[in-house]
This record gives sequence, C-alpha cells and structure tokens, in this order.
Amino acid sequence: MAGELVLLDFWPSPFGMRSRIALAEKGIPYEYREEDLRNKSDLLLQMNPVHKKIPVLIHNGKPVCESVIQVQYIDEVWHDKAPLIPSDPYQRAVARFWVDFIDKKIYELGSKIWKTKGEEQANAKKEFIECLKLLEGELGDKTYFGGESLGYVDVALVPFYSWFYAYEKCGDFSIEAECPKMIAWVKRCMQKESVAKSLPDQEKVYEFILQLKKVFGIE
Amino acid sequence: MKWRTIFSSKTMGDDEVKVFGMWASPYSRRVELALKLKGIPYEYIEEDLSNKSALLIKHNPVHQKIPVLVHNGKSIPESLVILEYIDETWRNNPILLSQDPYDRAMARFWAKFIDEKILSTTRKVSFTTGKEQEHAIEEVTEQLKLLENEVKGKAYFGGEGIGYVDIVANFLVFWFGNLQEALGINIFSQHKFPFIFEWIQNQLKIDMVDECRIPKDKHLTYIQTKLAAFKSASK
Repeated sequence: MAGELVLLDFWPSPFGMRSRIALAEKGIPYEYREEDLRNKSDLLLQMNPVHKKIPVLIHNGKPVCESVIQVQYIDEVWHDKAPLIPSDPYQRAVARFWVDFIDKKIYELGSKIWKTKGEEQANAKKEFIECLKLLEGELGDKTYFGGESLGYVDVALVPFYSWFYAYEKCGDFSIEAECPKMIAWVKRCMQKESVAKSLPDQEKVYEFILQLKKVFGIE
Repeated sequence: MKWRTIFSSKTMGDDEVKVFGMWASPYSRRVELALKLKGIPYEYIEEDLSNKSALLIKHNPVHQKIPVLVHNGKSIPESLVILEYIDETWRNNPILLSQDPYDRAMARFWAKFIDEKILSTTRKVSFTTGKEQEHAIEEVTEQLKLLENEVKGKAYFGGEGIGYVDIVANFLVFWFGNLQEALGINIFSQHKFPFIFEWIQNQLKIDMVDECRIPKDKHLTYIQTKLAAFKSASK
C-alpha cells in the first residue's frame, strides 16, 4: 500500500505543510523534494501541467495535486492510521465547509497584510481577525477542531501559524492579543511532533517575506 | 419567498430535505440535479438574492449565500460540500463519486478546476469590457481546452454513468450557452470543443438533467438586466 511516495514542495508553503503533517501523523515515509519556484523542475511541470504548482504528491508515479485533495487522498489510502476526516457524513460536511472557508479567506487576507499598506492593509487585518474569530467559535472548547485528535481542519489551518509572525511584523499587530484561543490551540498543535516538524521557523518565514517584498518592490 | 414542494407524495424514511436556491444559479441547479438523480424528495425555497430571507442567513451565517441544503434541520452550505454530503448520505444509485481514492482525487481536482477557474473566469467575462474582457475570454478558452483534453472520448467523466464531475459541469449544458447568447460572444461551440459538446449531449439524454433546465428566455432577460445594471453602475 505504501509504494513509492514523493512530495514536490517548497519549504514556506502552508499548502505543502498540510500534506507534510498528514503524512507525519500517519507515520508514512516519503521522499521530500524541494522545488525552486523560479526554475520549476520538469517533473513538476509533467505532474501538474494544469496549474504547475506545488505541492504535488506522487504515489506510485501518479500525481495528486491540490493540498486539500492530497490530505483527503492520504486519509483515504491510509485510513487505518490516525484518521483525519470524520466518518459521519454531516461531520465530514462541517469539516469540508471550514477547510473551504480557510482556503477562501486566510491565505488571501494574509497576503494582503504583507503586500499592502494603509487602508487596504487595515481592512485586510480587520477581516483576517474576524475570520480567525469565526474559527475560534467553531473550535469552541474542543482540544482540536477534530475533537480529541488532530483533524482535517486542524491540518488545513495550523500551517498558517508559521506565517503569523510575518503578518504581525508587516501589519504591526498582535494576533494573540486579538485571538488568544486561536494561539492556545496552535500551541497544543505544536506539541505534536507531526506539526512541529512540518512547520518552518517563523523568523525564517519572515526573512523570506522580506526578500519577496524586495523582489516585488514592496516597501 | 416562494415555496415549491417536489414529490410531496413520495417519502424516503423520515427525511426532511430543503434546498435554499436561486433559479438562475448553476451552483443551486447542481444540488437539485443530484437530489433528483438519487430520487430524494425535497422542498425548494426560492431566494430573492437582493433581499435574503432570515432563514437563509440562519442556515448560512458565514457566507449568507445559496445554495444551502437543510437535512433534518442540519445546514450544509457550499455546493461541492453538499454534493459529497448527498452522495455519502443516500447510498443508492447513481453513486456520484468512485470508491477508489485516486479516482476520487481526480474527480475532486477537476470539480475544483471547473469552479475555481472556468466558472470564475466566465463571471469575469460577463462583468468586464474591452481589453479586460478579451483577456478573460482568452483565459476561459484555454481552461476549456484543458477540460476538453480531459473529457476526450468519455461518455461521462467518471465512467459509465452520470457522476460528480458531470453534475458540477452541468452549467455548461444550459447556463453557459444562455450567457454566451446574452453577451453576444462565441467562446464555446461544437466545432471548437467537440468532446465537451458530446459530453453535454450525453447529459441532455437524462430526464432529470432536462428537469433542471434554466428557462432560456427568462434567463436571457435576467442576464441582460444584470448587465445593464452593471454598466450603469460602472459609469
């Protein structure tokens, strides 16, 4: 069942981190290959001709593209280890809804926070915090979004924590001050080896953002 | 708010199924199509999107959008989430998604591509003009070429019968053609995309697909009204 597993990835990508966490949670060995996004490999272009993006999970030579699809695939193939997605159809729908929400909101708003200034940035910060608060509401008193163990929503959201320091520095605000429950949840997740080992250091991500800002001519 | 009860004499256990939808929305129509294909009775509630009902907001507080499926009081928004829920809850034929993880991944990939690229770019085509519209038309044409290449030779996307991706792509059957006509553009034709065209013809053979037809004249008027409003607002 394991076969040959390769993950084409880029170290600061929160999307790549999702698949890393899912594989680590289930203890599945794989080959990690770092892509240079300014010089994409032939393998990447061949395996994801539609989007030409990372992450790409290659299982026995067959590609699975898009991080949310990869996490579901990993969960379905290795279903007997550390299940991430609930088995009840309604709970599954709730989890999918929130992952869809995270995909529609968090990355884009976060990007606006580090890319823009003035009113645009202020609006992005406000909406970003509102989204985190909605997610806090969904978490409630649970240990994780998945209940007592890491679930699909946890895996989809926690990678963005590695970008929080960059957002805070660029946006001059504190996420913990606004959303303490969110940070408490993050800290619980970070105690898990699968998460801690899959996320890069926040300062490294911030340095990377600063470099990107130079490249794009953003002050 | 208009109420329309479908199959009121037929019951499937004690299930109460409601759909909050909008007649011209391809997202709404695909949910109805899935329910009809599975023979699930439901109550349809037409929403006026310029004056959303308190019930809709209650059932979808986060996005306040249609469609929303309400099953025995439990609300499920987002059409792709709804389609998987329908397939997982009612396990009778047609089964919409394969049991094989790789086939499921491929189906989800193309459904996402259709929604996030083709449908999304088509909306851009509607609401832009000049060079911006030309660029959007080029973009959606390239996206349709990718889909054409994937559909190639298949009667239905997943295999022998209608399934998840076919239902997601249902907007190509009625909605897209009406939009082209209203805009006076020609992106999609049998000549340009013969495989997608044939795929659409296969879908049209199914009665339930025809039952989800968006009434053409009403739709053309609706699109033209929206375009006129958009044009006057952008002046």
